[in-house]
Amino acid sequence: MAGNLPRMPVTITVNGRARAMTVEPRTTLLEALREGLGLTGTKKGCDRGECGACTVHVDGRRVLSCMTLAAMQEGRQVTTIEGLEQDGQLHPLQEAFIERDGFQCGYCTSGQIMSGVAVIEEAKAGWPSAATADAGAPFTMTDLSDAEIRERMSGNLCRCACYPNIVDAVADAAGRR
Amino acid sequence: MHPFTLTRTGDAEEAIEAHARDDRLAYIAGGTDLLGLMKDRVTFPERLLDINGLPGTASIEELGDGGLRIGALCRMSDVAADPRVRERFPVITEALLLSASGQLRNMASIGGNIMQRTRCAYFRDDDGPPCNKRQPGSGCSALHGSNRNHAIFGWSEDCVATHPSDVAVAFAALDADVIVRGRGGERVIPFTGFHRLPDSMPERDTMLERGDLIVAVEVPARAEGRASHYLKVRDRQSYEFALVSVAAAVAADRGRLRSVRLAMGGVAHKPWRLTAAETALRGAALDDDGALRSAIATSFADARPLARNAFKIELAQRAVLRAIQTAGERP
Repeated sequence: MAGNLPRMPVTITVNGRARAMTVEPRTTLLEALREGLGLTGTKKGCDRGECGACTVHVDGRRVLSCMTLAAMQEGRQVTTIEGLEQDGQLHPLQEAFIERDGFQCGYCTSGQIMSGVAVIEEAKAGWPSAATADAGAPFTMTDLSDAEIRERMSGNLCRCACYPNIVDAVADAAGRR
Repeated sequence: MHPFTLTRTGDAEEAIEAHARDDRLAYIAGGTDLLGLMKDRVTFPERLLDINGLPGTASIEELGDGGLRIGALCRMSDVAADPRVRERFPVITEALLLSASGQLRNMASIGGNIMQRTRCAYFRDDDGPPCNKRQPGSGCSALHGSNRNHAIFGWSEDCVATHPSDVAVAFAALDADVIVRGRGGERVIPFTGFHRLPDSMPERDTMLERGDLIVAVEVPARAEGRASHYLKVRDRQSYEFALVSVAAAVAADRGRLRSVRLAMGGVAHKPWRLTAAETALRGAALDDDGALRSAIATSFADARPLARNAFKIELAQRAVLRAIQTAGERP
């Protein structure tokens, strides 16, 4: 049956633009973004959901694009690293990564930034983390310590080990300092 | 990944019928475990049925007495952040937040979480070493192999794997129920009876039959719910599976334990209840380490370590002690 599978139509709004594609059922969202739409800012690292390099936002939430199928994203809003800037202005977390030297080789960086943007939104929404002393108590932005950022960013690996600078960049963009 | 077809359904009866009829069909919800298993060539479904559109299974409802019904399609992150879960069952929120990563918690469903398959490296190895769970009858590479992460309770010569879910351990401690719909209608499976021990059929993880669809996990109100805690011990501080983990929930009067609920992860093919210790702990003072240790030890008399995991027996008992004391300090 290989090679003869019907391709499936799917329409996904990517960075604000509706994109109609036909994909094989087994095509991951990551592959559709990179190979189908040429949005190569999103990286393939492990392709197993272990490294976070492929992190994008689906309907405003950070997810791993390697571990979800493109054909399951019908009608969803996807944001990739290419969609973060507004009218030529970098997102504050992109600025902070430059300011804080939050990368060396840069391979994990788009995933780090997409994850970090969502970490700040999750914290603003009051979500606790495993680093939160009392998960039952309300969580506020003043609770977003370095330990909190490290825990919340633990799904994004950096083989260059830029972790201290990444934590600083996220803390800057969160307005913590 | 191998080729397969994908269809969507918004109708539970249709999904159940399709799954019961077709043993090459798999449900897919979050997909975070299933797609990994397919990429690792552990499983080869020919048809995936996307059940994310099934109505009425993606919310948390009140049971009336303070208990909660958690829809099977609720995402881990939503359950962890729910104020009712955080207030009434901290052990559930903690178990979820100690699992996976922020991205995966946004994707993975509760039904899929408890259906996760073992992280035994032989089971996941796409070179295909002997593994009775992946290829029944092929043997168990871990029995005399690299078994540091494996079971100390309830294993068989055919399989020594452990169950990887954290929140399943919390559900087991709280005596939750799994609500399952199948061809014969809806039925309730007590959480502690949902997962199987490996015996001679390690390829079967749970009591589910073809066609069965998990619709919810119901957590009844528990006197011990509030004073509960999940402790996870692992090789890395974050984003790692447990070496051992403990879900502890206690009710205490003036520093003495009135009742205790205990379950462990990382020690068996299913969440492992420490029933002997639960009985022995009644009446013990929360600050009497010696008495607590002796009571906890009653549940370890039947522990059977493998060549490389005897350390888990001591580690587990210390983890239980700390989990009970931490839970007991909660108001």
